[in-house]
Amino acid sequence: MRTAIEVRKLQKVYSEGRAAGVRALDGVDLDVFPGEVMLLMGPSGSGKTTLLSVMGCILRPTSGNVRIRGREVTSLAESELPRLRLENIGFIFQGFNLFPTLTAGENVEVALDLKGVRGTQARRRAGELLELVGLSEKRNTFPADLSGGQKQRVAIARALAGEPHIILADEPTAALDSTSGRNVIEKMRELARQQGRAVVIVTHDNRTLEFADRIVHIEDGQIREDSVSLMGNAARNLTAAAELAACGI
Amino acid sequence: MPPLARRNLFHDRIRLAVTLTGIVFAIVLIVVQLGLFIGFSSTTSNLIDNSDADLWIGSHKVPYIEQGAPFSERKLYTVLATPGVAQAEKFIARFAPWQSPDGRREGSLIVGFNPYGTLGRPWNIVEGRVEDLQSADTVFVDELYRKKLGVWRVGDIAEINGYRLRVAGFTRGIRSFTTSPYIFASFKNAQNYANIAVDQTTYILVRAVPGTDLEELRRRLSERVADVDVYTTAEFSRKTRFYWMFTTGAGIAVLLAAMLGLVVGVVVVTQTIYATTMDHLREFGTLKAMGASNRYIYRIIIQQALISAVLGYALGMVVSLFVVRASREGGAAILLPASLAAGLFALTVAMCIGAAMVSINKVTRIDPAMVFKG
Repeated sequence: MRTAIEVRKLQKVYSEGRAAGVRALDGVDLDVFPGEVMLLMGPSGSGKTTLLSVMGCILRPTSGNVRIRGREVTSLAESELPRLRLENIGFIFQGFNLFPTLTAGENVEVALDLKGVRGTQARRRAGELLELVGLSEKRNTFPADLSGGQKQRVAIARALAGEPHIILADEPTAALDSTSGRNVIEKMRELARQQGRAVVIVTHDNRTLEFADRIVHIEDGQIREDSVSLMGNAARNLTAAAELAACGI
Repeated sequence: MPPLARRNLFHDRIRLAVTLTGIVFAIVLIVVQLGLFIGFSSTTSNLIDNSDADLWIGSHKVPYIEQGAPFSERKLYTVLATPGVAQAEKFIARFAPWQSPDGRREGSLIVGFNPYGTLGRPWNIVEGRVEDLQSADTVFVDELYRKKLGVWRVGDIAEINGYRLRVAGFTRGIRSFTTSPYIFASFKNAQNYANIAVDQTTYILVRAVPGTDLEELRRRLSERVADVDVYTTAEFSRKTRFYWMFTTGAGIAVLLAAMLGLVVGVVVVTQTIYATTMDHLREFGTLKAMGASNRYIYRIIIQQALISAVLGYALGMVVSLFVVRASREGGAAILLPASLAAGLFALTVAMCIGAAMVSINKVTRIDPAMVFKG
């Protein structure tokens, strides 16, 4: 099966700022497959967000390789990376990072605009994406008037606007109450299952475990454990059983 | 593109107000200073520019109009006899002391012209007729100087150089660059007032036959008329303006003030546009992470700058027009020709784009990884 992301012998040592000299990633090997939800877990400062940034092509590794859908990206010029991100990766941030002066609909339209979709077509597509995340009635609402969960769902709609094969989420439930957090994670799992997108989530939130296919534990910049999520599989099996039962099988 | 630039700009009304105030301040300051420069400049040469003459003949090396030395008026006949000359008239521009009816003394500049002719006459006459100056000891003054000269209405009496005279009319808006107002009089009266001998003049104004090559006519006159210089009207106007504006330093001071306005404006606008960009730095980082190219982000910043420029320019021009209108009643004219207004628009846009460049430089260095930090 072709990987969505392939990481080999990845090293990242920060060279400037307060983190100068810190070895954030130390020989990481990792494959992420289409249709799976992978949780990246570990203590603060373990290298989760650094790994996410490198996989998202917004941070360059010190050494090692990253392939996005089979394409080696670490050797690409800086000017080629925005297009690569635009065509392959959708981001969801802990702080939502919505544009506060734009409505929910316009926030999604920005991402469509980057892809060259504009005017009526962009408005229609933004409406569809907001409907997908259950927020079609909030289209003209500004972020300040949305709840945390609603903001994150707008961020998901925005991340989906570029039709990315990969969704990278940094602590998407950290700022949300349990119900909102659950809704957001369920939505992300749907995206993986139904649309075959690879979803990587950096999280400390144990409530998300049941929605994961894989859980990768990272510590001191190294992968300590890469396991199939039994809870996630059990939940999936239960869902599948329920669906079969409903069909009378 | 969703209206990110416009929304960002209007989102913080106070910051927008500061930005616009900076632009308006710069524009008004530049309009006032450059308008003064243009006003002063045109004032220094207004007698020449409104003379209806094609050529001016004056004494050798005359530096500016008020400084013409007397020469024999018999040269007029040589001029008239030169092929290509349609008309030639004597003209005087000389300082002389004015004494108002209440005994106050003021400097004045006597302008003597042929009231039967068409060259060098006063313009913008609001009271009286030029023909009234054919009478002995009659003058026209500008209504701006009523108070200064102590004459308020037609018929008021004053003195110049001991000659008693009567105000026969008023002009409007004919300013003098110096503190000495223009006193229009017939050539004959002006000779008396300015202590010029009866057979002398300070200038001869020439109107060429239509279609004549002025340079050729000038060369011909220079050859035929001895001991004088011949200038085209444009050339003499330029010479006079240059003398007053640059040799005296008056123009330099005004131009420096205009440049100061520009510098202050650029600093204020740069600072506020930069601050606006810094406020939205995280959003630009998000755009970068989402795959926006630098060009896409530059476009947003430049759009913000352009919106600021257009709004600031519009407001600045409204304020400037009030200032220009108010200056009409004062002693110093501030002129705002269409070319200055258009130039200022280009300058405002350049100023705002220049200010945006500082922000662009900062945004170029944004690390998109910042979006993952909290």
